[in-house]
Amino acid sequence: MALDAKMDGKLDFKVVGTRVNRPDGIDKVTGRARFGADMTAPGMLVGKVLRSPHAHAKIKSIDTSAAEALEGVLAVVTRADFPEVELDEGTWDVLDNCMAGEKALYDGHAVAAVAAASESVAKKALKLIKVDYEPLPHVIAVDDAMKADAPALHDGRQVENVPEGMGANVVARYEFGHGDIEAGLGKADKVLERTYKTEATHQGYIEPHACLAQVGSDGQADLWCCTQGQYMVRDTCAAIMGLSQSRLKVTASEIGGGFGGKTTVFIEPVALALSKKSGRPVKMVMSRSEVLRATGPTASSSIDIRLGMTEDGQITAGFAELRYQGGAYPGSPVEFGSMSAFAPYDLENVKTVGWDVVANRPKQAAYRAPGAPMAAFAVESAIDELAKGLGLDPLEVRLKNAAREGTKAAYGVTYPAIGLEATLRTAKDHPHWTAPLGENQGRGVACGFWFNFGGNTCVTLNVTPDGTVNVIEGNPDIGGSRASMSMMAAEELGVPYERVRTVIADTASLGLNDVTDGSRVTFAVGLATIEAARAAKREMCKRAAMVWGIDEEAVVWEDGAARPSGPNAGKHDPMTLADIAAIASNTGGPIAGHSEINAEGAGVSFATHMVDTEVDPESGAVKILRYTVFQDAGKAVHPDYVEGQFQGGAVQGIGWALNEAYIYGEDGVLQNPGFLDYRVPVASDLPMIDTVILEIPNPGHPYGVRGVGETSIVPPLAAIANSVSAAAGVRMTSLPMSPPKVLKAIQTG
Amino acid sequence: MSMIHVTTTINGVAQEYLCEADETLLDVLRDRLGMTGSKEGCGTGDCGACSVTVDDRLVCSCLMLGAEAEGRKVETIEGMAEGETLHPLQRKFIEHAALQCGICTPGILVAAKSLLEHNPNPTEEEARYWLAGNLCRCTGYDKIIRAVMAAAEEMREAS
Repeated sequence: MALDAKMDGKLDFKVVGTRVNRPDGIDKVTGRARFGADMTAPGMLVGKVLRSPHAHAKIKSIDTSAAEALEGVLAVVTRADFPEVELDEGTWDVLDNCMAGEKALYDGHAVAAVAAASESVAKKALKLIKVDYEPLPHVIAVDDAMKADAPALHDGRQVENVPEGMGANVVARYEFGHGDIEAGLGKADKVLERTYKTEATHQGYIEPHACLAQVGSDGQADLWCCTQGQYMVRDTCAAIMGLSQSRLKVTASEIGGGFGGKTTVFIEPVALALSKKSGRPVKMVMSRSEVLRATGPTASSSIDIRLGMTEDGQITAGFAELRYQGGAYPGSPVEFGSMSAFAPYDLENVKTVGWDVVANRPKQAAYRAPGAPMAAFAVESAIDELAKGLGLDPLEVRLKNAAREGTKAAYGVTYPAIGLEATLRTAKDHPHWTAPLGENQGRGVACGFWFNFGGNTCVTLNVTPDGTVNVIEGNPDIGGSRASMSMMAAEELGVPYERVRTVIADTASLGLNDVTDGSRVTFAVGLATIEAARAAKREMCKRAAMVWGIDEEAVVWEDGAARPSGPNAGKHDPMTLADIAAIASNTGGPIAGHSEINAEGAGVSFATHMVDTEVDPESGAVKILRYTVFQDAGKAVHPDYVEGQFQGGAVQGIGWALNEAYIYGEDGVLQNPGFLDYRVPVASDLPMIDTVILEIPNPGHPYGVRGVGETSIVPPLAAIANSVSAAAGVRMTSLPMSPPKVLKAIQTG
Repeated sequence: MSMIHVTTTINGVAQEYLCEADETLLDVLRDRLGMTGSKEGCGTGDCGACSVTVDDRLVCSCLMLGAEAEGRKVETIEGMAEGETLHPLQRKFIEHAALQCGICTPGILVAAKSLLEHNPNPTEEEARYWLAGNLCRCTGYDKIIRAVMAAAEEMREAS
């Protein structure tokens, strides 16, 4: 029964594909679930951070003496309190972002922190810290930041392939593609050249970052926090604090949304430093303003497109130059943007060039399909405009150029079986496509792509003496993954879903697990869960063989029980999981299955979105009238939560397209650090979000599962822009399409 | 600092506490009484994660002082189920997968319960506008609205 990591053509699912109740449901509807800020410890202090009011400033000195002298203050830390340890560049950036060193690089950059007996004392102490700043010129917009004479944030951070003479804030260059762009454009009947812009948006998870740290004088430390990856927190904090990884135990709380924004640390190393200095547990909880000012939004972008098309809709060449500013440190997601821009299409001539740019803004963090939505906004808008300019059906044009099995993608891979064409055909046949539209209304479509990740994954599956099952996994459950793991284990073992309970391990209880990101969990942890279940089944077959006194090769596992099989096995009554578990002590001891893998074969994902909007010509306001998501899930393990991912991604995209933006003043200070002015979609803004789940099996997973979480945010920006452009009668190339912007576009034509 | 003594009723139980003059009801619930079901998503009344009712009126507990609860009747998420019996809204939220991460869920449930007490037969639009003060970033609201409508229907049939 060796694991066949390939799709095994299984179709007769009993548990997978059903809509069971999630195991954490009751905790979450009763308020019992414990999120980041819900933990306490005896003797706990409150930690608070002092943040830079300047967009860019040299920190000449910090005087903490008055704060330290305040009654009730037990520790004050600055960068000087972090140990001098050797860090790789990426981890150094994380530390510098958590606590500024020589310079404050953006409005909201942490410069000092206090731990006090109460919140009110901590707030008073912050006001007593005196920071002597020397303000420096700053730069916010990506195109400004790239200029050779722009204020430089860092020295010596450019990678080698950045051409000489580029501004110091241009830190990396990426290039992908094949063929000959100029030759391809020469064959086109029509060539479009356009520049598209998107603003930085925040993941907007409702739960602010929170943690509780305890550092003992023996060097052992415990950290409770809301994170997408407790191992990432452990490894990063251990490096920064000079601890060995085994001495720092990190426990992930329930997580109140992340969308990529909790794939790094912000306050955790600070809480550890405060706890170490005070000798007491320290709890830190960010305010919403701190979340918006100092945690990672996504990049803002400026993208040039050149696209050629023949009269019959064949794309002859596609070129994109992408400029993303990712805040104060290198690492904008422009590489993913450059790789994904043309990924849905089978193109002979395609090239993308990406520029990673730093600016005086918070360090960007991953945001759901990082880098891809902006690139798709540009490419899918250009395809729409060209198709309509040639009098062609935009869905037909996409079908004509769609990537299929065997297509060599612009970023280099050759696709196995993929689902793009299926999403387009289903969209074309859907009643939404032909539904009538009224005055000032428009319909838009767009496609989207995401890579999907695999990665390091450990699962332990324990068979309990009473014949039930625990699955132990190491990835925080951000949208129902415990249900999915229990379902896959139940499917594999042939036991009811209710007999399996999945729990999330702390870092000391299971081997390394990569962060919950890249839509990897249902795929990779699912793969490891299936493998662990198969290992347990092998062991249980061995135990049954022992009881029956036959060769273990003559035992198979079917319908939840070991059964004799083959001509020489003899007649024996089947032994169920519970039967075998009950006598495990007498047949060799406890039964468990393990899987430790670096999962590959995640299987790329595609979607097509269709949206109807109405534009108010008087105000420029846009109303979403109807929205349908068509996406390939490979195999939907829990269809409710697959639909939920489709709907949630679409609505985050609606926010990005219509409302959300980081707005800076001339002084480089963020003007809208709150949910009143950084306005995410609310229930009354929206219709129901219809979904169509397609299932084109991923050849790299036994059940055909693909990740589904991220692709759904890739098409909406362009789908909505195409819809609004049709409704308003004018092409929108800049996000967000806020009422003033749309009104101005209508008025100026 | 001198503390203020408050006598109030929370989820039907008489409760006394001391709080600072500038302390919010949300901080009192979470930090003094250990009732962490109400969440702080913004602290400025924009997200609704801290929703409670005070004398049957829906409020953001982050915008009300703990001292203002004197003599009032406060209801929180912790009081919604009766023992092990879930409120129909709680049950429908689980059945309809109306939560993903679950951080907004307590506030939305409290707000939805308040809606159905004021209007047992809301239209979808009325439900959407009533819940417009409760942000959810995971679900796109679709399954939340469906769960609220389904609970409303079940409660109407039962009454």
